[in-house]
Amino acid sequence: MVYDVIVSGKPHRLELERTDGAWRCRLDGKDIQVDAVLARRDVLSLIIDGHAYEVKREQTATDLHLWVGSTRFPVELHDPRSLRSRQGSAQDDKGPRKILAPMPGRVVRLLVAEQAEVEAGQGIVVVEAMKMQNEIKSPKKGIVKKITTTAGAAVNAGDVLAIVE
Amino acid sequence: MFKKILIANRGEIAVRVIRACREMGISTVAVYSDVDRASLHIRKADEAYHIGPAPAAESYLRMDKILDVARRSGAEAIHPGYGFLSENAKFAQACVDAGIKFIGPTAQSMDMMGSKTRARQHMEKAGIPFVPGTARGLTSAEEAEKVAEQVGYPVMLKAAAGGGGKGMRLVHSRAELSSALESAQSEAQRSFGDSEVYIEKAIINPRHIEMQVLADEHGNTVYLGERECSIQRRHQKVLEEAPSPIVDPDMRRQMGEVAVKVAQAANYTNAGTVEFLVDQQKNFYFLEMNTRLQVEHPVTELTTGLDLVHLQIRIASGEKLPFAQSDIGIRGHAIECRIYAEDPDNNYFPSPGKITLLLSPSGPGIRRDSGMYEGWNVPMDYDPLLAKLIGYGTDRPQAIMRLERALYEYFVAGIKTNISLFRRILRDADFRAGKLDTGYLDRLLAKGIPESEEAVEPRIAAIAAGMFAVLDPASSVTKDGPTPPGAPSNWKQKGRAEALR
Repeated sequence: MVYDVIVSGKPHRLELERTDGAWRCRLDGKDIQVDAVLARRDVLSLIIDGHAYEVKREQTATDLHLWVGSTRFPVELHDPRSLRSRQGSAQDDKGPRKILAPMPGRVVRLLVAEQAEVEAGQGIVVVEAMKMQNEIKSPKKGIVKKITTTAGAAVNAGDVLAIVE
Repeated sequence: MFKKILIANRGEIAVRVIRACREMGISTVAVYSDVDRASLHIRKADEAYHIGPAPAAESYLRMDKILDVARRSGAEAIHPGYGFLSENAKFAQACVDAGIKFIGPTAQSMDMMGSKTRARQHMEKAGIPFVPGTARGLTSAEEAEKVAEQVGYPVMLKAAAGGGGKGMRLVHSRAELSSALESAQSEAQRSFGDSEVYIEKAIINPRHIEMQVLADEHGNTVYLGERECSIQRRHQKVLEEAPSPIVDPDMRRQMGEVAVKVAQAANYTNAGTVEFLVDQQKNFYFLEMNTRLQVEHPVTELTTGLDLVHLQIRIASGEKLPFAQSDIGIRGHAIECRIYAEDPDNNYFPSPGKITLLLSPSGPGIRRDSGMYEGWNVPMDYDPLLAKLIGYGTDRPQAIMRLERALYEYFVAGIKTNISLFRRILRDADFRAGKLDTGYLDRLLAKGIPESEEAVEPRIAAIAAGMFAVLDPASSVTKDGPTPPGAPSNWKQKGRAEALR
């Protein structure tokens, strides 16, 4: 298996090969002795050069994070043979951007109307969860093309609240 | 002794009380709203009854429904926990009227302490030291200006019915006073349905130290030592410890005796907490009395060796306190971290949702009072407190070391928690030196996140990412790698979606 791994924004090439019941590991062209045991789902025990690491995996709808001890790393894993990997998935400031609910909650009120001009960081919608009101802000400067929720609506994490272009 | 107790609460405190009941051979009745059917307290209780929809006003705050469950189940007493109905004098009285014992003080004591101005009037009579200011609600801006001149600026405006920082304003000068008074009054009206606001001298960066008291129904009242609760965010406590780093035996005795006097002046029974503000010269002033079991009661339990919930139940059943003041000693040091479902990287936004992975610490000197479990969906409708992690040691440094170790073992995925905040606090030089006041946490957060002391190489994460992908393909890490066997194929999904258009 060959993977392109991006850890904290830095790309690495990882090659893993199963030989004689063990894994051969090559990272950025360097051979590394790795002993890995999956302790349970999302928990990996690694031994590398005699050092033992407990690694935890946290996968959400949008992100993957790995925790080595108590240090968290944002990680992207791509198979370089896959077409979509090569197309790149990085979002830029051009084009429409969806504003997503960061947590489940209830929409308390809308702060802008459709077609309104907004600045980056301007509040668009107020969502209440756990007795706290939270302003969901625009990621970019632009026009509010569409508001896809209403005051009083229940929303789930990842639901689209509005689109700014 | 009671045979059956209803717990009118949810989350970790309901579990805490159910555990005490089981230890004492008392059977338990839990209540739940629509979103709490799968909550931990329901799994731990002997009986459970549905009381309504998710909003607390339609479930956990409904006295009629809770009393109805008590009658139906044959519960002889109700433990209210903290929050919800715990400090509601009407509910305490309704229990009495229904012939059910309320585990807590009487409605009369609660009434006296429930309003901060009324409490001040009573305490003034009893000779309790409190912060200079009015003991009555302000009637006009002119009156406010007069009092402010007398006690000297800065002053603090506070809602009589207040709590949690609502209806509270710090005023530095006369020019700000009248508009601050107006906004405090309207906020108090909105939050508590009562616009009464009073004024007191502002003590800048005070410590918040509270004294636990316990009173039986035979006239015996004792104090169980103080808790340092100065580490707060938005007036909510985050970390508490016992004993306080600045309280010596002499000061403890003085504060304890005042706290007992406060409790006696209110004819107080059961467990309660007298809160004090302490200034930089270690003068202490009565702030208010909390007429319930506190969230942070475990640090007192660990340092006194007593079980406060057992004692609450014994007192409510009519028993005398089994010890005198001279029998109570403070041993060792305990620190509690309140684990909240909130995102430290995103301004501490609440973070409800499903807990996908939970690794919990244990071992020497660690106590964990938790209401969560792996696979549970944390509802968005209530307070974000998930669990309390308490470290105990021979002394403060050892308690800190043990907590740091336990936090290293603690891992919650799927939702965000403030676990990383406690690592920062416990490592901070001012915290370690015991230099605390209510402004401490805001100052720490303003400093920005320090570099992690533990230098883990990113290559470990890179290798782990690949290893997860090959060893645990069922829960595929790859966003676009080969489709694992049995997983839905993108092609098929796309095809189906197209066919349905």
